[in-house]
Amino acid sequence: MTAVLPSRPVERPTGGRLIDQFEYGLDAPICLTWELTYACNLSCVHCLSSSGRRDPDELSTAEAKALIDEFERMKIFYVNIGGGEPTVRPDFWELLDYAVDHHVGVKFSTNGFRITPERAATLAATDYVDVQISLDGATAEVNDAVRGQGTYDAAMKALANLQAAGMKDFKISVVCTRHNIGQLDEFKAIADRFGAQLRLTRLRPSGRGADVWGELHPFPDQQRELYDWLVAHGEGVLTGDSFFHLSAYAAEDGTPGLPGLNLCGAGRVVCLVDPVGDVYACPFAIHDRFKAGNVRSVTAPADSRVIDFDTVWKHSELFTELRSPQSGGACTSCSAYDSCRGGCMAAKFFVGMPLDGPDPECVKGHGSAGLAAAGERPASSQDHSHTGTVRNAPVPLTLLTARPGAVPAATARPDKACEESPLAGFSPGR
Amino acid sequence: MRGVLIDAPLVTDSAAGSQPAAEGVTIPRDEVPFDPSVPWRKSPSVALRPEPFGALVYHFGNRKLSFLKSMPLVAVVKALQDHPDVPSTLRACEVPPAQHAAYVTALATLARSQMIQRRTEEST
Ligand code: SF4
Ligand code: SF4
Repeated sequence: MTAVLPSRPVERPTGGRLIDQFEYGLDAPICLTWELTYACNLSCVHCLSSSGRRDPDELSTAEAKALIDEFERMKIFYVNIGGGEPTVRPDFWELLDYAVDHHVGVKFSTNGFRITPERAATLAATDYVDVQISLDGATAEVNDAVRGQGTYDAAMKALANLQAAGMKDFKISVVCTRHNIGQLDEFKAIADRFGAQLRLTRLRPSGRGADVWGELHPFPDQQRELYDWLVAHGEGVLTGDSFFHLSAYAAEDGTPGLPGLNLCGAGRVVCLVDPVGDVYACPFAIHDRFKAGNVRSVTAPADSRVIDFDTVWKHSELFTELRSPQSGGACTSCSAYDSCRGGCMAAKFFVGMPLDGPDPECVKGHGSAGLAAAGERPASSQDHSHTGTVRNAPVPLTLLTARPGAVPAATARPDKACEESPLAGFSPGR
Repeated sequence: MRGVLIDAPLVTDSAAGSQPAAEGVTIPRDEVPFDPSVPWRKSPSVALRPEPFGALVYHFGNRKLSFLKSMPLVAVVKALQDHPDVPSTLRACEVPPAQHAAYVTALATLARSQMIQRRTEEST
């Protein structure tokens, strides 16, 4: 596929809307995700970072601390820590304390297995630390099919431990799929029961997600259901602004739309530092195409292991390119362009669609045509998935490649001769 | 409101001299209206990060994120501390009188999200 990102002079306008300023980038990210390790005790089918096994080149404790020092210097006031499963790192709790002591607040995502009553108590007693428990089904049946056997119970236990410890404002993080869109009210009820906040995010075809996206991403009518539900629940439910492509409904029918900036922040206000220190434009864009550099300084002598994230953020070629005005391509003539802006760059890239065209889940239906015409899916540039058998490996639900009665044939990802997915052409239950 | 992949509540100001952010401001209204005639200051829990267009404002307590969309507004927020009220701060920062109302609106937004707070005698 060809990535169309025409470069134009980078001249920041003065005044104007905040979103226009954001397009030119900031002096430091406002949403930095730091994946501490590729190691994970699970093997979720949709893992955005294809995690499983630790990478031998992961940042050492000393390097991780130097990176936190750099965050403090750059006034990055909080980071989102993930993985892999971050708590698998033996120095996880040490790094957490170090960050907080250096005025870098932390929100970390975990599957909950290691959130014991003791850890929950420590967390509740620490300011500037937020926890997010992943849950992808409101029932064990739906959740475990994606995340693995026993993961629903583990998440429930972690939630109970956090609640019992008096932790406030912890989150339940749900990746929306066609199997759980019908459970939104139940998710909300779970969150309310534990005094937690519900966070819904979009399934993107990133990492192992690329292999299952065609079978798991919501149907068009489910997207509408989700949008209406989000509009009805407003500020009470977090989304990390991940559904801004759905704001196109607002342009269409005068509904209020979703709160947020409606902007792809990749490389402008968002970025990812991966376990080996590689810097990517966005946590959902782990691919060489979106790699800006590495936090291990290239100018310092080799082996000195000096950390220099600032230079990558401010001066890398990729980020400079992403901060130049982009062409909306085929979307420019769309009446919803102002709210949707062509959707998610990573989603387009990983399904093999042009970056300046519509999102694969375009609510105006331009995604299916785009998908049909899409080029080859890009090969992944890293994979840390477990290779052997995993004890609690997920067993996918009978795959809904088409909904009975409502057969939206065009929404299933078309199989290609070059298809790499082991699930190509495979639809059990049919 | 929320930003890009960001869950922290994001507060946008309608800084003087620029258009209001189209995204809108969704801070719950305080019962107490903003009073420009009393002393104010930037909250001690708030940190400013300089940005090319102004500054990013972060509140470590409520974790709200906001932006000051012009350099003069940054100067005003920093100067509040040294003046007995808002009008004298604006005069000291050489804000043209025609823009005073817009600045008061922007400061009221910041007050509602606790980015700035009333200064009491002990805290001065
Ligand atoms: S690439 Fe997608 S997920 Fe990443 S910032 Fe852009 S819109 Fe968001
Ligand atoms: S055509 Fe482009 S801008 Fe319009 S709704 Fe679809 S993805 Fe969004």
